[in-house]
Amino acid sequence: MTIIQILIVAAAALFWGLVMRERGRKYFLLIASILVIFWLQPALPLRGFDFWIPIATLIITVFSWYITATEESRREKKNWIVIGILVGMTLLLNLTRFLPFDSILTPSRPPQIEITIVILFVTGLTLSALSRLTRFSASFLTIGLILTIGLFLLIKIPYLSHWLVYFLRSLTGQDVSASRITDFRWLGFSYVAFRILHTLRDRQMGRLPSVDLAEYVTYVIFFPAFTAGPIDRIERFIKDLRKPSTLGNDELLIAGQRFMVGLFKKFVVADALALIALNDTNALQIKSAGWMWIVLYAYAFQIYFDFSGYTDIALGIARFLGINLPENFASPYLKPNLTQFWNNWHMTLTQWFRAYFFNPVTRWLRSWEKPMPAPAMIALTQVATMLLIGFWHGVTWNFALWGLWHGVGLFIHNRWSDMTKVCAGEWATTPLRKTIMNVSGVVITFNFVALGWIFFSLSSTSTSMQVFLMLFGMR
Amino acid sequence: MKTLNIIVKGFLLFIIINLLFAILQPGIGKLSAYNIIFPGRERLPFGENSAKAYNLSLFDLDAMFASHEINGGQKQADEFRVILVGDSSVWGTLLKPEETLAGQLNSANLSACGKNVRVYNLGYPTISLTKDVLLLSRAMEYQPDLVIWLTTLEAFPVEKQIASPLVANNEESLLRLANSSELKVDPNDPAFSRDSFWGSTIIGRRRALADVFRLQIYGVMWAATGIDQIYPTDYQKAQIDLETDQKFHRFEPPSMDENFLAFNALETGIKMAGNTPIVIVNEPMLISAGKNSDVRYNFFYPRWAYDQYRSMMSELSQKNNWAYVDLWDAVPAAEFTNSAIHLTPMGEAQFAEKLTPIIAAACK
Repeated sequence: MTIIQILIVAAAALFWGLVMRERGRKYFLLIASILVIFWLQPALPLRGFDFWIPIATLIITVFSWYITATEESRREKKNWIVIGILVGMTLLLNLTRFLPFDSILTPSRPPQIEITIVILFVTGLTLSALSRLTRFSASFLTIGLILTIGLFLLIKIPYLSHWLVYFLRSLTGQDVSASRITDFRWLGFSYVAFRILHTLRDRQMGRLPSVDLAEYVTYVIFFPAFTAGPIDRIERFIKDLRKPSTLGNDELLIAGQRFMVGLFKKFVVADALALIALNDTNALQIKSAGWMWIVLYAYAFQIYFDFSGYTDIALGIARFLGINLPENFASPYLKPNLTQFWNNWHMTLTQWFRAYFFNPVTRWLRSWEKPMPAPAMIALTQVATMLLIGFWHGVTWNFALWGLWHGVGLFIHNRWSDMTKVCAGEWATTPLRKTIMNVSGVVITFNFVALGWIFFSLSSTSTSMQVFLMLFGMR
Repeated sequence: MKTLNIIVKGFLLFIIINLLFAILQPGIGKLSAYNIIFPGRERLPFGENSAKAYNLSLFDLDAMFASHEINGGQKQADEFRVILVGDSSVWGTLLKPEETLAGQLNSANLSACGKNVRVYNLGYPTISLTKDVLLLSRAMEYQPDLVIWLTTLEAFPVEKQIASPLVANNEESLLRLANSSELKVDPNDPAFSRDSFWGSTIIGRRRALADVFRLQIYGVMWAATGIDQIYPTDYQKAQIDLETDQKFHRFEPPSMDENFLAFNALETGIKMAGNTPIVIVNEPMLISAGKNSDVRYNFFYPRWAYDQYRSMMSELSQKNNWAYVDLWDAVPAAEFTNSAIHLTPMGEAQFAEKLTPIIAAACK
């Protein structure tokens, strides 16, 4: 998001929070979120797809609501109003193709409206067919999970996404030889998918609260958190959505401060650090180990300020509207060990993985008749979780290595703290010794995390190895 | 009330700081991390793709000079300081710092007057004598023992003088210079980019301030990589086959009117050097043997105009007793890169060889 886009979104949120307050807030959030997903979607060389991708987001969201909603919730008449809004907004946006000037709400001139009508019609027919199924089976949830994960993999695995681009180019009659992975970019899908997976899984477990369509769509595509999170939980989100929004002076001050701090972190600190942060080009140009450490640290701080800055912006804007999104960062670089680092870095993502992967897998492994030894179980679950977090960012060797680095690091920390718990406790008896232990923990953890960023920031494994060699004076 | 108070106070403070900035005009550019945290740059900052070149074009002369290695401390007693002034051929387009003319001369470990010769590259892309004078006026503060001013006919047409963005964005410095010298500058020239009072506030100067800030940050990459421009492996070679066009700017054969050539800028620069020896060098250029090369020497020059310029320079320098060296044909055509005045590293080495005796003879 550019600073202009952020300021426009914040101004709209502030206006609603201050002037309109509770009046029509639910529908404002829904309509604004719909507009924002079209508005922020990057322009694509694939003809029409920068308009159809937001439509696909909406369709997937509606379907996942449909299969997760309770029978009563599905039958509520107010859902038809939401369907009307979704269809109406989509068609209105599509009609902007007839304006004499370029639309400002879509990245390029929208495609022919007939195709959109066909897409919406087919969606309607499918939903209607689903509603006529007398017995609503839990297998729909499983299918939903598989399809969402499948779509996620299709977008994240370079080979598959390249194939997808090739296929879509041939479908639209475009030159297939010009296919690039970047031709297909689905803004915010990583977050959308994880919110949907959370609701599908919670429905399977019978712990999903009853939500109407407006609430569900707003939750999935909530505009302040659409592009960079945090990944809220639906039961927490709807609590805020259902309670009256009271943007008092104190609340305004806190939200405004959070928003301004976010802008500063992102557009001053992170963007300045980006000029000198480690990347594929400068990794091979740097002449000495000392400077390599500096650009690596620059990357470590850049990614933190960038991401936490966006989170602050999202939290600030959401708070203008009475929604208290969860925190995502809590001084992660000041934590004395890797476990604490991961409890404070991109917290909503790690909590998601803990809830939907780590804990269930650990429970399952423990339930074995002959459970494997505890250290092996810890190693397996931690490495697997971190590998998945790596793949969430992209299915590449480097993200796998990054995940592996942290998985192994977490396991080592787990074993180390287990082994040294007693003697560390005996040694750290004075405040000075406690401080020494804490500071050395922070320094080691930060450097371990920074070294891990090498895999994250670079696209090639061999370049990453070159950087490692240089950092330790071996190149 | 508390919120309103904070907003009002913040807004007032913002206005006051902006007004104070506009009134006081603090020389932010003089504050530099170069030569303190990072090594000084070997040439003045210039770059069109800053993310890849780790360099950028800005117009703050204070910041530009503060980032240069010449600003790196007192001149040593055993240093014979030579500064090179000129255009992109001196700055070294497509050349690494050590491959430029200054780099080649430094690697030759020359001595003059019993001192070690240290050559500083103060060339700057864009061709204009007035731009050179502007830079020279700053460079003279660094106590050079010898100034070598490399130029070419393209720097002379009067309409080119303020066209250089560096000149156009330094109206105040240039007018000050014109007032204290004989440099002819039209203060009403529309090419000047003028700042209103509001344009002098922090908001008005946000771009310039951001550039100074970015220049400091790129110091890290300069120090870490030694890179200060993009070095493409593939570029379009200088034009060999030429048009039959006989025109040179406003001039048509058979002669150029001296009144429309900025000899006044050249004289101003020479006078500005005062007692410091200054050598004017007519820099090497590509002499094409391609199509229509009987009409034109290269992309820049029809033969008649360039020949006439050489005669004028020769006559003027004899008349005024200027130290003038004409090296127009010192480098073969094969040693030019993407322009008729940009040399290959080998070309620069050949050029440097021709200048070596001139530097050695400078203290006689």
